Amino acid sequence: MALGPDMTESDQRRIAQQFIEAIPHARALALRVDGLGAGTATISMPWAEHLVGDPRSGVVHGGVVSALMDTCCGAAVMAHPLGPASTATIDLRIDYMRSASKGQRITARAECYHMTRTVAFVRAVALDEDEQNPVAAATGAFTVER
Amino acid sequence: MAMDRREPLDQIKSRRDSALSALVSGVPYLAWLGIRFDRRGDELTAILPYDEKLIGNPLLPALHGGVTAAFLETTAIIELAWAAMWEDMESGRSVPDAAVSASPPRLPKTIDFTVDYLRSGLPRDAYARARVVRSGRRYASVQVEAWQDNRSRLLAQATGHFLMPQG
Repeated sequence: MALGPDMTESDQRRIAQQFIEAIPHARALALRVDGLGAGTATISMPWAEHLVGDPRSGVVHGGVVSALMDTCCGAAVMAHPLGPASTATIDLRIDYMRSASKGQRITARAECYHMTRTVAFVRAVALDEDEQNPVAAATGAFTVER
Repeated sequence: MAMDRREPLDQIKSRRDSALSALVSGVPYLAWLGIRFDRRGDELTAILPYDEKLIGNPLLPALHGGVTAAFLETTAIIELAWAAMWEDMESGRSVPDAAVSASPPRLPKTIDFTVDYLRSGLPRDAYARARVVRSGRRYASVQVEAWQDNRSRLLAQATGHFLMPQG
């Protein structure tokens, strides 16, 4: 995913969406790229019956939130101005503050706040329609492949 | 009630399998990922059969890191619920039964979960086992390991904290 400075934001987003759609699991979760910046990414996912982890409440499984957060963090690393050729997760911690509401889209916002020659440090939040109360927060370390 | 040494083997197995199925079969996400559990006595091994939709890097190809995390987290939750249920089940107090249960058993809720990615996931089946490190009345700490072809070459490991269902 080459994100040159001469590209418009919509170009970047279109390329990022193509990038996401080349990932079978991201496609299976119907992930959508909502925004990309210098080392930042916003990716969202619709609620779906088959993603439910607690049949009593209809709340999606924590693992789904993990997959969304992981993808969004990886995208933020790729969108960093020091653009690595590729990246992989070294470690990811997720804090679950509350359950995401049934039927609502979940949006992850990630920021790659530091990058060395070999490692990228990322933090992210996941929100549903109540944006004042995050669903989950994540911090992670990613590889930087040159 | 004390353990009944003479309880017929098929009855023991069907009681345990039915309790496990009550835990697992009610969760749509497990079915979607294709995760199932293999039981040997009280020991559970989670199995994630390979599927194309689990891929995160189509070039390598490699499993999606989120899938690995989800697989580990699921294994931890089911192990925790299973361990909590085991004693009641074996003493004959309460036995959730997939066939008759109107509402699925309550599952622990994840407080936090940290995944340590050790190798890139191959496009093959993956396995996982969890160990309940500490389980109190309200909080529990669980460790999980996942591997593919080789038990000693871990794909990923994770540790998480969970809130136990109340009441």
